[in-house]
Amino acid sequence: MDDKVTNILLSGVGGQGAILASNILAHVFVEAGYDVKKSEVHGMAQRGGDVTTHFRYGKKVYSPLIKYGDAHFLLAFELLEAYRYINYCRNDARIVINDQKILPPAVNLGQMKYPENIPGAFRKYFDGHVYVIKGQEMALKLGNAQAANVVLVGAFSNFFPEIKDALWKRALTDLLPKKIHELNVKAFDEGKKVLKG
Amino acid sequence: MKNVLQGNEAIARGAWEAGVTVAAAYPGTPSSEILAEIATYPEIYSEWSPNEKVALEVVAGAGYTGARAMACMKHVGMNVASDPFMTLSYTGVKGGVVVVVADDPYAHSSQNEQDSRNWARFAKVPMLEPGDAQECKDFTKIAFEISEKFDTPVLLKGTTRISHADSLVEEGPRKVPRTTLGLDPKDMPKMAMVPVNVRVRRKRIEERMRKLEAYADEFVYNKIELNDPKIGVIAAGAAYMFTKEVFPHYSYLKLGMIWPLPKKMIAEFFKKVKKVIIVEEMDPFLETEIKAMGYKIFHGKDVIPPMYELTPEIVERSLKGKTYKEPKVRVNPDDLPKRPPNLCAGCSHRGLFYALKKTGAFVFGDIGCYALPYAPPLQAVHANLCMGASVSLAYGAGKALGKEGLGKVCGVIGDSTFLHAGIPAVADTVYNKGYATTIICDNRTTGMTGLQEHPGTGFTIKGEPAHMIDYGELVRVLGVKHVRKVDPYRIKETTEVLKEEMARDEASVVITANGPCMLHRREKRKFEHPFYAIDGEGCRGCKACLELGCPAISWIEESGTTKDGKKRKGRSMINRLQCPGCGLCSQVCKFEAIVPGKA
Repeated sequence: MDDKVTNILLSGVGGQGAILASNILAHVFVEAGYDVKKSEVHGMAQRGGDVTTHFRYGKKVYSPLIKYGDAHFLLAFELLEAYRYINYCRNDARIVINDQKILPPAVNLGQMKYPENIPGAFRKYFDGHVYVIKGQEMALKLGNAQAANVVLVGAFSNFFPEIKDALWKRALTDLLPKKIHELNVKAFDEGKKVLKG
Repeated sequence: MKNVLQGNEAIARGAWEAGVTVAAAYPGTPSSEILAEIATYPEIYSEWSPNEKVALEVVAGAGYTGARAMACMKHVGMNVASDPFMTLSYTGVKGGVVVVVADDPYAHSSQNEQDSRNWARFAKVPMLEPGDAQECKDFTKIAFEISEKFDTPVLLKGTTRISHADSLVEEGPRKVPRTTLGLDPKDMPKMAMVPVNVRVRRKRIEERMRKLEAYADEFVYNKIELNDPKIGVIAAGAAYMFTKEVFPHYSYLKLGMIWPLPKKMIAEFFKKVKKVIIVEEMDPFLETEIKAMGYKIFHGKDVIPPMYELTPEIVERSLKGKTYKEPKVRVNPDDLPKRPPNLCAGCSHRGLFYALKKTGAFVFGDIGCYALPYAPPLQAVHANLCMGASVSLAYGAGKALGKEGLGKVCGVIGDSTFLHAGIPAVADTVYNKGYATTIICDNRTTGMTGLQEHPGTGFTIKGEPAHMIDYGELVRVLGVKHVRKVDPYRIKETTEVLKEEMARDEASVVITANGPCMLHRREKRKFEHPFYAIDGEGCRGCKACLELGCPAISWIEESGTTKDGKKRKGRSMINRLQCPGCGLCSQVCKFEAIVPGKA
């Protein structure tokens, strides 16, 4: 194992399951033998505010926060919340975005406009490395829109070919209640297929 | 075996491994998870206390019997607990007593920023500062050893980036708790803090500090890491982690104990490295002390910001100065719509604050979710200060304003916050003949911090049934003659009651009824309709419903006409998935264009 630390920034809106996704990552990379650190803001962020989790893994990780401009991956669960963190990404970053809009208050009130063509803005800087996933639509087809986060995790897992699917699925079954295992394993598989093709 | 634990979970684990048998806290971000986690260990008696002062006294009382006990709080909670804390330093302990205080630099979820290290110096007690979850667990255990060895309470400092950061922790077995517990009247000189004993104990504190200073030099978690001898950094906790990340080649004096300081080790470090930089979050605490020892430092607060949270890039930018290379800016985040926290769709506070806005009164708010209507569009909280202050601020303002202020001021406080610090203020309002109206928004839980039980919910931290305080009865006993209940989901009636009570030249209390937190699982209000919908042809686009600030209602710009031929620039829309059917919006619509939906 080299000394490189990999930085994954997860962003979304409270209630979208970004924190569960980061727990899955932690589970998987610990099982794979890495040191991990993960940091998030709780409290007021639970009330529909934006939520970010900094996730880092490597041989030895010191800081629980990713340095501004140093994220290797952005895994975003909502379009605007992806855009908000575009400056956090390295030039060679890989961007995975859930194709979902959740309108913030100023947009709901008609005071501001929701930014248009966010994937296009990302492609301008990260051409060829921007992946937009219809997570909610796919999860809804499987029977529950709540599983969109796991669809995204499935898609995201393609970037780590050294880690076997079994490890990801064990994280799902270890972290989730039994009655939703089947749904989430399916969601993971569907997500995995999207980026492969 | 190693597990990924959150810093707070690791502190709880450390308490369990240390053989703690009593733990108490009042919830507060970023400390709340510690007691919630401790409550899962059946060997530990745990409780949500009504406030931090009581929590610490419960723990001190347990400690006097010889048991190991722990109290946990956020930084501002320590202000409340400071009264027992300052004198607990005098009495010392029998069983180990550890006080966890978690800071919130940048005020992610707080009414201020405070550097809790100052309490250690102020109360003359040792403080440990862990840097990751493993240290959270290890330091908690060591804190109990130190407490018993030196007859002192011990402070353990958390911050958002330690308490809410997860990393690997090696778990260990539980130490068998002491079984010979008891209270002994022979301990009176130690525990009865009357002046004659105080003066003796005061001397003991000085002796204790000298012993602790010597101990600090041997403390294994104060460590010198020699690398490049040109630059040496003195840091602790998260500040160490951030600096080590950006400048791994520097030499370090990593402090695990930040009070008292290891004087010999600091002297050795200054000898071994050419230039010393001190990196610390918030106050120049280490810097002031180290400078007072006579050392010259290369950098400290001259470049490191004295406020907000540190991050790796802030440390890098501060220390590199002009040579720092800014990362590429692709969009200005300030140009993007913000996403501030908001009251949930269906929240009972929304109806209350909409009604309050209608009264035109100046609203003194308090600490909790009901501070959120500060934001547009409601903008119905005009001031807030600290736990419980809403009541006394409104009362005090009324005393200054006299009759001029009648009908124009009120205090709004949550159920948990009222029990925390609001009761004496209501007593004062009655006793000293004030006229302020106190509005208790009873959502049946401690909402903002994540739904903790309190003495008004009828359940303990472990979910056992318990006595439930009746707020109406309670305030009547305090002497309030005018106590009204309102249904916050009925805007008109609520507005009328609020106006009547605020106009009264006597203390009054209004309590919201049947408005449990929308996130509450045990208590749910059943709304009449499953959801509401906009009658697309009837909506005139007047935006009145948007004034509620409900996350389920949004505005669509599209010019058109209503079914009765009125021109409009756009219309409202209700997101069916988010709408719980509370019906507030249908009450504010003047055109009957918001109608019950059918499941």
